[in-house]
Amino acid sequence: MSIKRINAIIIKEFKQLLRDKRYLFVLFFFPVFLLGMFGYAVNFDVKNIKLAVMDNDNSKESREFIKTLISSEYFILSGYIEKDSDIKPMLDNQDVQLILVVPQNFSTELAKNNGKPSLQFLVDGVNGNTALIINNYITSAAMNFNAKIQTGFAEKAGITSLSPINFQPRFWFNPSLETTKYLIPGLIAMILIVTAVVSVSLSLVREKERGTIEQIKVSSVNTIEMLLGKAVPYVCIAMLNGILVLIAGMLLFNLEIQGSYLLLLLTTSIFLLAGIILGIFVSVVADSQQVAFTIAVFLSFLPSFILSGFVFPIDSMPPIIQIITNITPAKFFVAASRSIILKGAGVSAIYDQLMYLILYTLFFLILAVLISIKKEKEL
Amino acid sequence: MNNIIEILDLKKNYSSVEAVKGISLEIHKGEMFALVGPDGAGKTTTIRMLTGLISPDSGKLSLLGKNIKENKNFIQNKIGYLSQKFSLYGDLTIDENIEFFAHIHNIFDYSERRNELLEFTRLTPFRDRLADNLSGGMKQKLALACSLIHRPEILFLDEPTTGVDPVSRRDFWKILSGLIKDGITILMTTPYLDEAERCTRVALMNDGKIIALDTPAEIKKSIGKSILEVVCSPSRKAYKIIKESGDLEVQLFGDRLNIMIENRQENIDEIMNIFNQNEIKISGTRIITPTLENVFIHLINN
Repeated sequence: MSIKRINAIIIKEFKQLLRDKRYLFVLFFFPVFLLGMFGYAVNFDVKNIKLAVMDNDNSKESREFIKTLISSEYFILSGYIEKDSDIKPMLDNQDVQLILVVPQNFSTELAKNNGKPSLQFLVDGVNGNTALIINNYITSAAMNFNAKIQTGFAEKAGITSLSPINFQPRFWFNPSLETTKYLIPGLIAMILIVTAVVSVSLSLVREKERGTIEQIKVSSVNTIEMLLGKAVPYVCIAMLNGILVLIAGMLLFNLEIQGSYLLLLLTTSIFLLAGIILGIFVSVVADSQQVAFTIAVFLSFLPSFILSGFVFPIDSMPPIIQIITNITPAKFFVAASRSIILKGAGVSAIYDQLMYLILYTLFFLILAVLISIKKEKEL
Repeated sequence: MNNIIEILDLKKNYSSVEAVKGISLEIHKGEMFALVGPDGAGKTTTIRMLTGLISPDSGKLSLLGKNIKENKNFIQNKIGYLSQKFSLYGDLTIDENIEFFAHIHNIFDYSERRNELLEFTRLTPFRDRLADNLSGGMKQKLALACSLIHRPEILFLDEPTTGVDPVSRRDFWKILSGLIKDGITILMTTPYLDEAERCTRVALMNDGKIIALDTPAEIKKSIGKSILEVVCSPSRKAYKIIKESGDLEVQLFGDRLNIMIENRQENIDEIMNIFNQNEIKISGTRIITPTLENVFIHLINN
């Protein structure tokens, strides 16, 4: 093996890469664009729910309840309704997502000893997911209100501390439950694997298509030198890309890396290696750039998006699909990098994932070698 | 070590197709040797086996007195290969292409040799131009320069002039003659018989076999026939008549007929008679020595 020959290939590859302005643009624009898309648009948090109120009671208590609702960031009061007949058109036109109807006897029932104060919520159920989340919000809002009222009554009666359990949920690692923080590790995984698989396979197949691979084969360069020379530039590019996304995540979405940078780098390198081997595998199978591109996208983009746990939690998939998720190395990287970035996990916590990645890499390396030997024999 | 390339009973199959059906060949040092034949004759397969790109199914192959399988590295440093497609990097300049090919052949002190090659192929004024922006002839010369950067002893050219204009072709041949003077051995494949005539020796290949192997002059002599060239009208009708009259081989080139004959006066008289009977006007006849093309078509037909 000659470092000088590998260097020659690396330099050549970088020259070609830097000259392909369009490809470079796609390579660096694509990740930032995706981050923006996923960060701002694909958001599972439901906020700013438009609320209309029909307050038939108009009492101190009813106003207080409305105030507790709109003082949170989840609800915006878009107006009051006077007549019953206005309720339906408002929901039909999707002017509001939620209508609260306070009955006339709300405060009086509340004041009675064994009164039954009730409230009516009308939720727009077209988007089932959102409706469910709204339902959860109002339930907990009502419960909070109940607790407050009860404490008030108890104090009047001279009894202190009526509630035996003080329920105060706290979420660890992502305390405000922001989906962006949860998405960024998955996004990095997707960008890295798409960059690695697509660029490595395309650059190898391009040599096949142009016939330059034959010139390399008749030279002193051997296969390992060739593959190393091809891999190094794209590892650099993919790493740069990953760092870019991480920095963008820090600046735009206040992401903080809890764990060790070194461990993150190591995990990323192993993952990239898996991606590059997958790219080499594609280049062995495909003979034209179109075919290579199609296979590469199919093997890298789709599984890392759907099956990696990036967007859809693996635990809630049917058992068979859960087994199929193992075809993408992104699954292991997403799990490992989430642990490092959000939890600050150490090596022992992600050991299994790293082993999986290494096994995965070895499997595809052997497969690629076997197929290329078989193809060579057919020549 | 006069024989720089030795081939013995070389065979190669592609799945069910027999591409090369057992050829034997010796090529001497300093020769300009051509493998000639139609598409699918097995020329490219042969040259690819010689460069070590594919391995033969059976047979012996030695270059520079060494077996190619066991001495791949040694041999690959001493051979240059120009494939059919002028394999270059279109997004690199002339200089960068040569630099890359120098490096992968372990040549790191290449600038003098590069200047020499660029001078030799007259590409010096274009050295900073991207290979994609070169004409077909210039691409071919650049590819040649790339394959010569490591001063190979044997140069393999696979249909080097296909798709190149006539002026560039002549230039290219001048460059090749220069290389032969320097003592390089050249083995080329070509579908053009006029190019084959310029080589020291020629192997005619058809259907995976060598059907003739000698100097162009000897091959032409070997069939022992001459060509009667008749300029006549209507030539198409005359061609049909001769073709139908029996065992004469005839080719039609515009208003000329080339009829292959035993070199005897009675044969000529006989043909003239046929033409007269069918009212074909003859404006000239002459006897010519057969070209390689005539011989080749004769051999394939037999």
